[in-house]
Amino acid sequence: MFPDITKLRKDFPILDQSVNGKPLIYLDNAATSQRPLQVIDRMNEFSLKINGNIHRATHFLANKTTEAFECARGTLRTFLNASESSEVIFTHGTTESINLVAHSFGEAFINAGDEVVVSEMEHHANIVPWQIICNRKGATLKVLRFTDQGVLDLAELDQLLTHKTKILAVTQVSNTLGTVNPIQKIITKAHEKNIPVLIDGAQGAAHFRIDVQELDCDFYALSGHKMYGPTGIGVLYGKRKWLDRMPPFLSGGEMIDRVTFGNTTFNEIPYKFEAGTPHYTGAIGLAAAIEYLNNQDISILEKYEHELLAEATMRLKQIDGLTIYGEAPEKSGVISFNIEGIHPFDLGTLLDQLGIAVRTGRLCADPVMDHYGVENMVRASFAFYNTFKEIETFYKALIRLKTMF
Amino acid sequence: MTIDDIQQQIIEDFSGIEDWMDKYSLLIELGNELEPLDPKYKVDSNLIRGCQSRVWLHQEFAEGKIVFEAESDALIVKGLVALLLKIYSDRTPSEILGSEPRFIDEIGLRQHLSPTRSNGLLAMVKQMKLYALAYEKLSSKNN
Repeated sequence: MFPDITKLRKDFPILDQSVNGKPLIYLDNAATSQRPLQVIDRMNEFSLKINGNIHRATHFLANKTTEAFECARGTLRTFLNASESSEVIFTHGTTESINLVAHSFGEAFINAGDEVVVSEMEHHANIVPWQIICNRKGATLKVLRFTDQGVLDLAELDQLLTHKTKILAVTQVSNTLGTVNPIQKIITKAHEKNIPVLIDGAQGAAHFRIDVQELDCDFYALSGHKMYGPTGIGVLYGKRKWLDRMPPFLSGGEMIDRVTFGNTTFNEIPYKFEAGTPHYTGAIGLAAAIEYLNNQDISILEKYEHELLAEATMRLKQIDGLTIYGEAPEKSGVISFNIEGIHPFDLGTLLDQLGIAVRTGRLCADPVMDHYGVENMVRASFAFYNTFKEIETFYKALIRLKTMF
Repeated sequence: MTIDDIQQQIIEDFSGIEDWMDKYSLLIELGNELEPLDPKYKVDSNLIRGCQSRVWLHQEFAEGKIVFEAESDALIVKGLVALLLKIYSDRTPSEILGSEPRFIDEIGLRQHLSPTRSNGLLAMVKQMKLYALAYEKLSSKNN
């Protein structure tokens, strides 16, 4: 049974437009997803009627804003099933969330000779912050490899996780390969050796139900704009037992308890990690996106996205000289590929002429490019508002463009 | 022919083409026809790094003129590189410095030379002008 996509698409007016004289086909959802009216309206209404700075004043607008912001935190808590709202920290997005953990967890718990483990399929945002803290502390970054099929080698994980390992950081869904990693299994393995785990949920949160208590992950990072919410807002979930023992990341207003020139004592979590005026309009928009998702039957949408992926994979495989990178059995709506003899930049440019938006380039994942020995890739990524007809058009466009080379 | 004459010629070559696909096909053809850069010049010091496509630019200065050779790994970019070479190669520094690549705008491919496009073309034009500036300074010093 498929959802009523025609009806759902009405919630996303941006999709109903022409690009270069052709109806827009938006296949760059892994970069950023579009926002439904419900999110746009909520943010507009907030800006039109409510805006005041949070937690700082006694006036009407400030109180209403504080209420809305904390209510958004509550929505995120429920969405993630965190045990308490204080474990939900608002950030700019996944990148800041991971930087926060790398910096503050690293400051408190990583020392010379220690090791941090990441996977080979990580986005740069889940590699570079760890590299920096490792360099600063004299620790070593270890890498869990994936097979050519795009599957993490879990047997290797057992060797990699040792008494030296201070944290394991791994993505839920690869932004390049689409692989859905067995994070539950990975977390269990790490916890058997008392190693905490950070999950990069940037590509996962929009597509799956998340239960951080059931997963028992120590940290979970997500971005609003990849799950039908606004840009500039994201979340870091962290277990209290870690957050309480981690020093602040950024400092300034709100995150303090008492400041004198001699000393400063810090506020409680989550405020300890929310220095300065947060993007509360974004937080309210993100909460609206989650409410939007809550009003859909996620399991049906998930199944539909899977059908889209299967159809697109089947179609693309019919094209001579086309290579798909990553064909894990558990895969989300991302297809990265190359067509022999055609540079991804050329293909992306020509697809754009046909109104089709895809991502081209190194996909913020140099190690994945190196794994397959390519400079660039083309990536098509799907959301529930994409249609089978769009995939048909995409396929025909590739056939047509191929004749130009 | 002056730089401007050549630009005018390119503009005329493209102006008859209505269909965008034919326009890009012509660029691809130009790209395919461009003589490949000698591998010894495809080195990092000649690399103009765009985020998505790479351009290598080699130059030699002789008898008051700069000869440019270049190549890109993307074919459409290579086609545009071929046009830029037609215009700017084998010219004196002052000719190069005195001319802007207005043809790109006029043949409706302006988006390829905008700073928001990371294909290395804009950087290639800048690099050619920097070479021209350097050789102009050098010649005036020597004179």
